[in-house]
Amino acid sequence: MSQQIIFFILAAITLTSAIAVVTMRNLFHAALALMVSFLGVAGIYVLLEAGFMGMAQLLVYIGAISILIIFAVMMTRRMMQTRETPFNAQTLAALVGTLITMAILFVVIGRLYPLAPTTEIPLGAAPQVDPAIIGSSIDQLGRAFVGANAYVLPFEVASVLLLAALVGSIIIAWPRSGEEDNL
Amino acid sequence: MNMIIDLLKSLISLSLGDFIRRNFGTGPGTELLIDIGGVVILSTFCLLIVIFLIWLTRKLVARMQDRIGPNRVGGRYGLLQTVADVVKLLSKELIHPSGADWLSYNAAPILTVMAALLVWAVMPFAPGVIGVDLNIGVFYIMAISSISVVVLLLAGWGSNNKYALLGAFRAVAQMVSYEVPMMLALLVPVILARTMSTKGIIDAQNLPFILFAPVSALIFYISTLAETGRTPFDLLEAESEIVAGFHIEYGGMKFGMFFLAEFVNTLFWSGMFVTLYLGGYRIFGLENWVGGDGYPYGRLIGLIAFFAKTFFMYFVYDWIRGTLPRVRVDQILNFNWKFMVPLSLVLIFFVALVDKFIPDTAGTVTRMAIHLTLNLVIAAATLEFLRRRGRQFRQEMSGGDGPGGRETLYPDDHGHGAAHEAPAHSDHGDMPLGGREPIAVPLH
Repeated sequence: MSQQIIFFILAAITLTSAIAVVTMRNLFHAALALMVSFLGVAGIYVLLEAGFMGMAQLLVYIGAISILIIFAVMMTRRMMQTRETPFNAQTLAALVGTLITMAILFVVIGRLYPLAPTTEIPLGAAPQVDPAIIGSSIDQLGRAFVGANAYVLPFEVASVLLLAALVGSIIIAWPRSGEEDNL
Repeated sequence: MNMIIDLLKSLISLSLGDFIRRNFGTGPGTELLIDIGGVVILSTFCLLIVIFLIWLTRKLVARMQDRIGPNRVGGRYGLLQTVADVVKLLSKELIHPSGADWLSYNAAPILTVMAALLVWAVMPFAPGVIGVDLNIGVFYIMAISSISVVVLLLAGWGSNNKYALLGAFRAVAQMVSYEVPMMLALLVPVILARTMSTKGIIDAQNLPFILFAPVSALIFYISTLAETGRTPFDLLEAESEIVAGFHIEYGGMKFGMFFLAEFVNTLFWSGMFVTLYLGGYRIFGLENWVGGDGYPYGRLIGLIAFFAKTFFMYFVYDWIRGTLPRVRVDQILNFNWKFMVPLSLVLIFFVALVDKFIPDTAGTVTRMAIHLTLNLVIAAATLEFLRRRGRQFRQEMSGGDGPGGRETLYPDDHGHGAAHEAPAHSDHGDMPLGGREPIAVPLH
């Protein structure tokens, strides 16, 4: 029962702050609300006994990506003094886009994990997870990342992509020859 | 009467939880009570020890600088000086600067103390005396301490002060940069112990890991200096440039909370260094001693050992603070990105590779010897590389005719300021990351 209560609290935090992200006029506050939303998602990961994912969420999304967003917001001149409302007249397009995304997600997730559980779990009963699996979850994750029969190829491709992005950003920031660098 | 003796023995052997379980049953309510009690004790301890730590730092640094330090309030040794300071801070009016962002301004001090206290949950004080033994302990620490970067931005932006904002930018740049070598240096004990749990890392240290990997221990220690913003990396507060940095607009206890978090963090990283590299609470097996009456008295020995080691590391922080001058901000970042990060990447690569090739049948001492040799080779190679780079650079600067060649290099027909720009630019202007200086490594 307590798990459900915690889940609803976390879900409420996540969704409320997600709505705040798109409705707040002050961009800095919107970025902060985004962080709270990420925090809620991290809490849900922890609730699902996926501690590693939760901490990775904290480290990557709050510790790195949000900082980057805030820096971008701060570097943008006059963005924090905006007086007009953040809404525009594209409600219909947004609605259609959201519905299509929902439909796709519904189909994809439904195919991967059948929504109806095979056995009825009574409301309030905590789903039973083998503690041995939880204890060795990082171990299994690590083996899955580098195992030849598992996800080594996507893992390596992703790392090459990140490396390319890193090199690209350095090339862009590199001062041209003859150009005075003002640092 | 028996119960009182039981209670006293449990207190001495740090097993109060077992005492409660024996006397009040083992229901979920009891466990909740024990958990809450543990949280209260741990966080109160962390907050109160700061009063002692501030006094200790002031006294130690004063002695190193040939001063006396606090000596008026509370007897000859000024023991109550910090208490008086705290009372003063508490009684100050809470000022809210006009134009400040209410939410960010007030949330920052609370969050910074929260982040400083949360990490203590995985600190092992003695065998069985640990908040929670997470299997991702080390990773948890990194995740929580990344929150403190957000707090800096909250404080800097929320204050509506340009010095605060510039100070926050500088602090964030420093902390984000030094998180990288710190995380890489944290991974070395994880590889050696094959677990991320802090308790597991201590259990794996039949020999302290500092003997396995002294270089990565050094990198870790330097990174923690920068993370906590202590000398020589204490540029978060620079009177001549950014005044008091990100907390310039904070007064009273709001400032006190930033100050408190800094000291709690310093003690935490001292304890973490002890846990990762000095064997934590381990002291020749004495920490596992169980008395004849069944109480684990060894825990007290372990606790004393842990704090002895931790306060020694804290003393080294103060030692550095009293000894070294501060460095410039560009030197801080260059030192990190051009020296610490490459070195720790090389280290972790070789440590992982070598550890994989050591057979499991090899004894601890053999394993330690191989790792130590590896570390010494890497350290020697690094120093040799730096020596050559330094010599090469000096020759370029001097035009190849001996040391001290600035005068030879800049003839009199140039203005000195202009001449300073030109050769540095032609030699190093094409370096990325805006590096105009050579690698400023104060190692040789």
